[in-house]
Amino acid sequence: MTDHSTPDPAALPNGPNHDGRRSFIKQATGFLGLALAPPLISQAERLTAISKKVEGVTEMRLKVNGAVRTIQAEPRVTLLDALRERLDLTGSKKGCDHGQCGACTVLVDGRRVNSCLTLAVMAQGKEITTVEGLANGEELHPLQQAFIDHDGFQCGYCTPGQIMSGVACLKEGHAKTDGDIREWMSGNLCRCGAYPNIVAAIRQVEKSGFKS
Amino acid sequence: MDTEPKFFETNPTAGVVGKPLNRVDGRDKVMGRAKYSAEFNNLPGLVHAVLKTSDVAKGRITGFDTTAALKQPGVLAIITHQNIPKLAKTPNDAEDKRAIGVHMGYLPLTDDQIYYAGQPVAVVVADTLERAQYAAALLKVQVAVEKPLASYEDPKARLFDPTKLQEGKTAPHVVRGSAQAAFAAAPIQLTHKYTHAINHHNPMEPGATTAHWEAPDRLTVYESTQGVTRTQKALSTMLGLSAEQVRVVTKFLGGGFGCKGSCWPHTVLTVQAAKFVGRPVKLALTRPQMFTSMGHREDQTQTLRLGATNDGKLTALIHEKTSTTSPWDNYAESNSKIVNMLYECPNFEASYQLARANVMTSTYTRAPGEAPGSFALESSMDDLAYQLGIDPIEIRLRNYAEKDPSSGQPWSSKSLKQCYARGAELFGWSKRNPKAGVTRNGRLLVGWGMATASYPVHNSQGMARARLYADGHAVVQSGATDLGTGTYTVMTQVAAEALGLPVEKVRFELGDTKLPTAPNSGGSVAAGTVSSSVYMAVQDLWQKLIKVAVLDKKSPLHRAKTADVEVKDGRLQLKDNPKKGEDFATLMKRADMADVEGNGQGRYGSGYEDAQTAANANPAKKDEAPHHSMHAFGAHFCEVQVDPDLGTVRVTRWVSVHGAGRILNAKTARSQIIGGSIFGIGAALMEATVRDQKLARYTNASLADYHIPVNADIPDMTVEFVEEHDPYINAMGVKGIGEISMVGVTAAVANAVFHATGKRVRELPITPDKILGTKAV
Repeated sequence: MTDHSTPDPAALPNGPNHDGRRSFIKQATGFLGLALAPPLISQAERLTAISKKVEGVTEMRLKVNGAVRTIQAEPRVTLLDALRERLDLTGSKKGCDHGQCGACTVLVDGRRVNSCLTLAVMAQGKEITTVEGLANGEELHPLQQAFIDHDGFQCGYCTPGQIMSGVACLKEGHAKTDGDIREWMSGNLCRCGAYPNIVAAIRQVEKSGFKS
Repeated sequence: MDTEPKFFETNPTAGVVGKPLNRVDGRDKVMGRAKYSAEFNNLPGLVHAVLKTSDVAKGRITGFDTTAALKQPGVLAIITHQNIPKLAKTPNDAEDKRAIGVHMGYLPLTDDQIYYAGQPVAVVVADTLERAQYAAALLKVQVAVEKPLASYEDPKARLFDPTKLQEGKTAPHVVRGSAQAAFAAAPIQLTHKYTHAINHHNPMEPGATTAHWEAPDRLTVYESTQGVTRTQKALSTMLGLSAEQVRVVTKFLGGGFGCKGSCWPHTVLTVQAAKFVGRPVKLALTRPQMFTSMGHREDQTQTLRLGATNDGKLTALIHEKTSTTSPWDNYAESNSKIVNMLYECPNFEASYQLARANVMTSTYTRAPGEAPGSFALESSMDDLAYQLGIDPIEIRLRNYAEKDPSSGQPWSSKSLKQCYARGAELFGWSKRNPKAGVTRNGRLLVGWGMATASYPVHNSQGMARARLYADGHAVVQSGATDLGTGTYTVMTQVAAEALGLPVEKVRFELGDTKLPTAPNSGGSVAAGTVSSSVYMAVQDLWQKLIKVAVLDKKSPLHRAKTADVEVKDGRLQLKDNPKKGEDFATLMKRADMADVEGNGQGRYGSGYEDAQTAANANPAKKDEAPHHSMHAFGAHFCEVQVDPDLGTVRVTRWVSVHGAGRILNAKTARSQIIGGSIFGIGAALMEATVRDQKLARYTNASLADYHIPVNADIPDMTVEFVEEHDPYINAMGVKGIGEISMVGVTAAVANAVFHATGKRVRELPITPDKILGTKAV
């Protein structure tokens, strides 16, 4: 048998526990590597005004889809994992966790970002919009409806990212031509191969004159 | 019902089936509400598991250093082969493997051996994902490293003739006529070698398992699988439980393409981890782990020898395939099947050779066998066309098979000539310059190519249940899965039409072993089998109501013979006097029935034909009844533009026309054909997993380095279906289109590249270096 002990699961709280804290910087360098450390330090300093602690598990306040939500999480938690695992907003998908597929695309202050490459702590104080926040109640955003009409998906796993990217693409003015749409939507992979239908959906919303 | 009615005889009217309905699950998907298997967060005490995988491809584990990992807060367990609880059965034993029904004959963490890079060596469980990941990174594994074998191309690899392929599902040797002699005597002889890179399915949703032991003998697993029943069987057999003690749920599936067709090790390990820590456990594979956890399309070389007459008639086809397999299994895609049946050719021979290497077992990948097999055959057919100066469509028509050459059986239906004609018309094929390498658009070379597609109707059966409520709504269920192909939607349409209800009044449920058993969604069997099951379940329900009606004194159908009653759009009526009858709601309300339920079994393939034959034929002559070869057919047309200086290829136009029986939804079917074509364009132009030949490790296991097509790679595409009625394949006449959409695609692209450049590239993918490095003929 390997020499290891297994803590009694019943004794553990449901959620991250608070012991064994290490400094934020130590975590940042250990987990993310040295390259990311310098900007994070300054970011950490700036964030002290928002969250009082920058080490171990801290309280974070994220404004998602218009509502401020509080979570307990370590600074190394990505925005994607905060959304999916802490806030149960599983609409944003994890396809690669490395910014290569776009399935995790959300809007932060109106810009599309890969939430898997964004730390949750750094998204505090910003407006985060996920696919769950796009519709007005049951009334779909025109691009959501266009995706349905043009069958812009099959399995649906890349779809939230495609739609968030598409919303931004329209707003950026990068949907004027099909060629533009194809180019500016190429950061969002779709393995089912819905690309021509995705282009058609975005084209429809662009042609409708919809202003976000 | 004793026999299965022929759909086209019993229900000839066209209703909502076939209409381009929007997906019924569309709102859930665009609103982010669809729950995939790693998204059941509200299980009590849910914790996270992460796999620790081997960096080396061969060796023996001599120990673990868990000190640093266990010091991490929140770590619940580090599970290795040393402390994992024993299973009742493992696939390591060949006989047990068959009982379990998994694809790979080895389960990691059953011993100290390392057979392939990426093999799980430990499972780390912690309260948060980050803590599990970090602890896994800190866990040290001591390994006595040995030198691995990377592939059949390794000089040390030992090639062998498998006596059995795919556990006997594919014959490793096929001889028809005398191919060697016919080839030697042929005036035209082509011998070419084709290689196919390793491909990975890479569905956007990585494999994921959430395991919840609700009691010591009761398990629920939310699993990213193409088959809940197969997973249930595998897990229950390994755990020593009965099937009903294991529930498998797959409500939404983020693609599969074959890699989610089996129960793979990570699923078993997650279930064991949940037992170990006594809490629900979730595990999602990372993208790099996706390259070493759920199989792949194997690296392979095909040699095709083609003999023909001077007017282009095939006289011999000899196909040899060499590929890499794992240390335990004899798996190779069955490439030769399509070579054997696609064209009329009196002499055929096929053989397979395998070499074991330190890789996991390769697996079914969209159109397994037909996709790479058609690349070889359709490239050589193109060669033949150019060599003889015959149009590529004409050469195929000259070898058109009026019956299946591999079996001698007549086709159940075949619309390939219509597919060629319609595809050529849509594409403008008649304007093609027959000479290669001469058409230009500015400085870019323009090429047009085409290829034939075909995929068989495999045997399959499944069940469904339909419950109709007196208030006019219905719930229809079958334990199928929807990979994104549209199962939810098309089954709703089939049920609504059979029930005579608007689609909004029908809910179709799937993806749960609590529902009636359905086959794996794979091999293009789901649409045909499940739709037939649903249709049969509704017929069963109507028969029950008819019996109620004829016994009901107040019913206009009282004392009618049940055989004289039909149901049209929800109305029970006499066949020869439709005015006499009543609708189901009136009958059910009077009879005080809240609902009525029907069960149906649908058969797909020759099983259906057998049932029909047994029912229709004189029992004494049953064995003389004709049996049919069942295939879908189609044609792909491709335009490429090639940069002569850079060797880059862009697909600029695409046309696909298929004859695949009844199409259940014009919109989702079109999407599926487009998707399969794009999958094939990826294999043709960019997809290759590179295995280091010394270390037997993948060098590009990520979506940044393994290139799949992006939006900018793909033009608008034209897809059409030829109307086709096939009475032999299943009650609904559906052939399935998931695989055929990809068959022939790589060849259509390669043939277009040849037309553009005069360069024949026989190594997939056709990357710029190969174009620049190939001489024009």
